[in-house]
Amino acid sequence: MIELNMKNQIKLIEYLVYLNQNLIKYIKKIEILKSKKSINLILKDAKFLEPTIFFLKKHSKNQFELLSDIFSIDLLSNTNFYRFQVFYALLSLRFNIRINIIINLHEYQKINSIFYIYKNASWFEREIWDMFGIFFSNHNDLRRILSDYGFEGFPLRKDFPLSGYFEVRYDDKRKRIVYEVIETSQEFRLFEFKSPWETSLNIY
Amino acid sequence: MNNLLTLNPNKNKIHTIKNFTMNFGPQHPAAHGVLRLILALDGEIVKKAEPHIGLLHRGTEKLIEYKTFFQALPYFDRLDYVSMMVQEHAYSLAVENLLSLKISKRASFIRVIFSEITRILNHLLAITTHALDVGALTPFLWGFEEREKLMEFYERVSGARMHASYIRPGGVAQDLPIGLLKDMYFFCIRFYERLFEIESLLTNNRIWKQRLIDVGKVSAIDALNWGFSGPMLRGSGINWDLRKDQSYEVYNLFDFNVIVGKNGDCYDRYLIRIEEMRESLQIILQAINLIPDFDYIKENDRKFVAPSRLQMKNSMESIIHHFKFFSENYNVPKGETYVFLEAPKGEFGVFLKSDGSNKPYRCRIKAPGFVHLQALDFMSQGHMVADVVTIIGTQDIVFGEVDR
Repeated sequence: MIELNMKNQIKLIEYLVYLNQNLIKYIKKIEILKSKKSINLILKDAKFLEPTIFFLKKHSKNQFELLSDIFSIDLLSNTNFYRFQVFYALLSLRFNIRINIIINLHEYQKINSIFYIYKNASWFEREIWDMFGIFFSNHNDLRRILSDYGFEGFPLRKDFPLSGYFEVRYDDKRKRIVYEVIETSQEFRLFEFKSPWETSLNIY
Repeated sequence: MNNLLTLNPNKNKIHTIKNFTMNFGPQHPAAHGVLRLILALDGEIVKKAEPHIGLLHRGTEKLIEYKTFFQALPYFDRLDYVSMMVQEHAYSLAVENLLSLKISKRASFIRVIFSEITRILNHLLAITTHALDVGALTPFLWGFEEREKLMEFYERVSGARMHASYIRPGGVAQDLPIGLLKDMYFFCIRFYERLFEIESLLTNNRIWKQRLIDVGKVSAIDALNWGFSGPMLRGSGINWDLRKDQSYEVYNLFDFNVIVGKNGDCYDRYLIRIEEMRESLQIILQAINLIPDFDYIKENDRKFVAPSRLQMKNSMESIIHHFKFFSENYNVPKGETYVFLEAPKGEFGVFLKSDGSNKPYRCRIKAPGFVHLQALDFMSQGHMVADVVTIIGTQDIVFGEVDR
């Protein structure tokens, strides 16, 4: 990876300060990612998403014209107040900078869809709805996209098992495919080879 | 007044007209994999094209959460199965980012050479299968003969023609065999002429031009709004290439051009892909000249990179490292990183979040095909059914990465 030289890094920090000044009411935390190439912006609440994104897209000093990705992380195993984190990865071609906007959500909280700002947000949000169950209000067409047509459940959540609940197979007697409760011949094996000694992770 | 109304009894009836809906089914030779496209047609003109994806969904992201960092590497080969090493490259960069691992120059050069070979592989398939869908049968066969020669390079270096698992976190798996760079040099020189042959069939062909010019025209503002990247974005006139603008590996040492189109239609994108193949040849030739000779290709840190078999059979520590590496794998410190690469199809992104253990907590794969396929409805408005085939071909859709 190319290390960012000092001049670029100073510019990045200046931009960080500028963003902090302008979005002070919305931001909970703003930081530069470890790879030193993009900015992480954690918002205080989901309702601040739309004004932040609108500011970042339309304002001439930001000009984040491209939405690269929207995805979500399930933080079930952590002892957190909120369960989901939704990441919006934006890219500015004009200033060659990337920014990630992070929102923390509870389990049944809704977010507003941003498909009217960035048109490609619609499929990303459909995928998050399909895989995690996070509801996007004002979305034009929120339905499942990757899972099967009659699928129930939200697969990428941490409490959904790896092999799922139902299996599909072709039944020769009935001459069609059938959906049945899953039957495994051996129980699910998870190989945890964690060493009993503490490994020092901070040697780099 | 009432008499006038009764003269035409049908005047106040409301006629509802539904568009003719057709299923461009999952099994179709031109659907590039499994794409179920519901077309609402008015005669031959497309009113709405709605793709249904998910027919090749294999649950890659969920499976990766249950595997260690090294075991998760082969999943990335199989995402976009026509440009294999580029995805591995993205994942390796992400893991090295989390570990703060720097790799040697020679490994970096080898990765760049194979990324460019992968770019040629991908563009050959994209152009020739696009031509096949449109109706030209010969470029497909000629292009695939060249692909065979490239896959021979893959096989000589890793053992597998397609899914190589060659680019690994820490460097590459094994060093290049003797004579490979010389063969690559000869391939590059001869392929330059082969490209002219394939181009002579298509570029100045009236039928090809009639089928492709002004089809799927995308303006620059629309391209940005829909999140395009790669040749789709450059076709609309925007000069953006991650190899130049957000350079990674040793791309900043090479001198190559970024090809940008003017009109934003399918013909421009086709020309961009052909020229990108030529630029890739330039990069490979420069890399062959500049590659450092006496350098190691895997990191020497045996905690993160497996020792070679010779070392393993001779040294006790290497056996222990080998065992610990393949069973427990390394514990990656807590953190998250998002790496974007210039894949042949567009901008390929891998997000990795680690919680301190030996398995990724969350791995998110952003595929360029997913974003491009979204815009299919927008791009095929007002075109005819045959143009939909052209547009699917120009977007270079491969379902392995769209559905994951």
